Amino acid sequence: MAEIARSGWMELSQGRLSRRGLLAGLGVAAVGFTLEGCGREGGSRANATDKLNFYTWDTYIGENTLSSFAEATGIRVQTSYFATNDELFAKLKAGNPGYDVIVPTNEFVTRMRQADMLLPLDTAALPNLKNIAPEFLGQDYDPAPKHSVPYTWLVLGIGYRKSRVNGVPDSWKWLFDSDLYKGRIALNAESADLMRLGARYLGKSINGVDEATIKAVEEMLIRQKPNIKTFHEDNGQDLLLAGDVDLVLEPNGDIAQIALEDNDIGFVVPREGSLLNADTLAIPKGAPRPEQAHKFINYLLDAQAGKHIIETILYPTPNAAAKALMPASYANNPIIFPTGPGMEASEWGKYEGPEQARAFEEAFTRVRAA
Amino acid sequence: MRDGLDWRTARPGLAGLLGPPLAWFLLFFAVPIAVVWAYSFGTNVGVAGIEISGTFANYARALEPLYLRILAKSLAFAALATLICLLVGFPVALAISFAAPRLKAVLLVGIMLPFWTNLLIRTYALIALLRDEGLINQGLLWAFGWAGFEPLPMMNSNFAVMVGLVYVHLPFTVLPLYAALDRLDRSLLEASLDLGAGHLRTIWYVVLPLASAGIASAVLLTFIPVLGSYLAPDLLGGPDSQMIANVIERQFKRANDWPFGAALAFLLMYVTFIGIALQSAHRRRIDAE
Repeated sequence: MAEIARSGWMELSQGRLSRRGLLAGLGVAAVGFTLEGCGREGGSRANATDKLNFYTWDTYIGENTLSSFAEATGIRVQTSYFATNDELFAKLKAGNPGYDVIVPTNEFVTRMRQADMLLPLDTAALPNLKNIAPEFLGQDYDPAPKHSVPYTWLVLGIGYRKSRVNGVPDSWKWLFDSDLYKGRIALNAESADLMRLGARYLGKSINGVDEATIKAVEEMLIRQKPNIKTFHEDNGQDLLLAGDVDLVLEPNGDIAQIALEDNDIGFVVPREGSLLNADTLAIPKGAPRPEQAHKFINYLLDAQAGKHIIETILYPTPNAAAKALMPASYANNPIIFPTGPGMEASEWGKYEGPEQARAFEEAFTRVRAA
Repeated sequence: MRDGLDWRTARPGLAGLLGPPLAWFLLFFAVPIAVVWAYSFGTNVGVAGIEISGTFANYARALEPLYLRILAKSLAFAALATLICLLVGFPVALAISFAAPRLKAVLLVGIMLPFWTNLLIRTYALIALLRDEGLINQGLLWAFGWAGFEPLPMMNSNFAVMVGLVYVHLPFTVLPLYAALDRLDRSLLEASLDLGAGHLRTIWYVVLPLASAGIASAVLLTFIPVLGSYLAPDLLGGPDSQMIANVIERQFKRANDWPFGAALAFLLMYVTFIGIALQSAHRRRIDAE
């Protein structure tokens, strides 16, 4: 985050990009590029065993995490970035080109498990797994045998500009079904998120949304379209920060980052409940160095290493030991760790297969074409 | 050709020169396109597989009114952007072709300069200009703030998309137009002016017909990439700005429906081929005249 924000043209645009923003914008970023380790091959004592290929989201790790890991273990981590889970999936679908550790979101853990693309983890090699809070382990997306460990978690909600809304907009109604904030709303361009949260607003579960409900949500969003300013990619927090809109559909982590810069920014998980996600660490099948991969995952789960990561990326962590080391401004931050009826009513999303994804996507295409 | 090499007799030379680029073309262009074409007749199997089943279901779905409407809208967008590019680009190309040689070189570099910057960054730069608190609105506020100026809503609209499309594709219009206008026989223009036609009349009755092949290439070179644009609608557009390329992109990514995405992409390609065929027919007609 910080590195990108510093560059000149970004300041010019007053827009800053989050971990997912820059590459998502590129769209074409299917070319995962390697930043570290370019041209350092020859001189060092690098050989095939003391390096590791890490495929992750941009700006999603501690500033010094990789160098500390290299110091501690002699393993040099080469990072490449993907912008969406689909890109990660598409890249590995054709066969693992050499990645050792990847960071899929929970639903993609299920999807990749079903497609037999993940290596089962050797929990004996991951003693730091004990640091993870129990509520994040053994969820439906990855019951034993484990193929993933949670790295961060997210909940979708409404990020808003306090001075421009009436009270706390604690219902999806204000985004989906009301003209009160006409022209000041930005919705996430993720068909699945919109259809599921729309269903939740209509009193249904996030999982198992049926055809009739999809139709109802589609009609609701078409009605709402004149009030929506844009369907944003992953830059909703920038639109909010720049004052282009006053309400956005975004995960808590992204809003927490901009709330540091502007205390007029608030976040709420609407009372109807929302969608919980976790980004996880996993080892894809065909990974050339599974042993080093386990070492790396275990290192990231360490309390101190976890603390350093959180300090950089400011995302909600499932790592209880790391959270305990953090100051109250993080651990008690109401945006990073929201509480209340919305949180209690929230659900983990299940992977429901390509048919459902297609139905969501087509409904969303109809909404945008209407 | 009398003193030169005759390729009919110098087969090894021909093969040596033509072989590598041909192999490159086949391997990295024809084969991947063929694979995607095959996908367009495929069926999704399970989570990660595609079976080439020879089905036409993807095309049938691509021809549903929903997608045809999006395609029609994209064609209209592309036509409008091309028209604006032509209207803006023609005077520019004309001016460059009449500029002094040194100035001409500078102006041509100026036309090509934007290509040195990544498309994404240029698009973000437009966001910086167009947004409610962007440079244009802040400039206007500074100038007219005393008169109770309200920011002009420009971002996230079809207007912003059109600005982005025209801005990005203008060089594709100007360069072929310039190439055509620069080759123009100046004595014909002088003759026209000497014989009493005004400047506009000369442009309309002499320059335009002579440059028509260049105009046709400019139209094609602008229209086709605009039709396939997805960055401008994604980043600059509002809820109504979806173009066909955005739908195709989503099939390959979020929807993970490669066969359908391939069918849509090839539908676009067929449309493009028809466009090229029409243009070459047009050119043949001109050559025949």
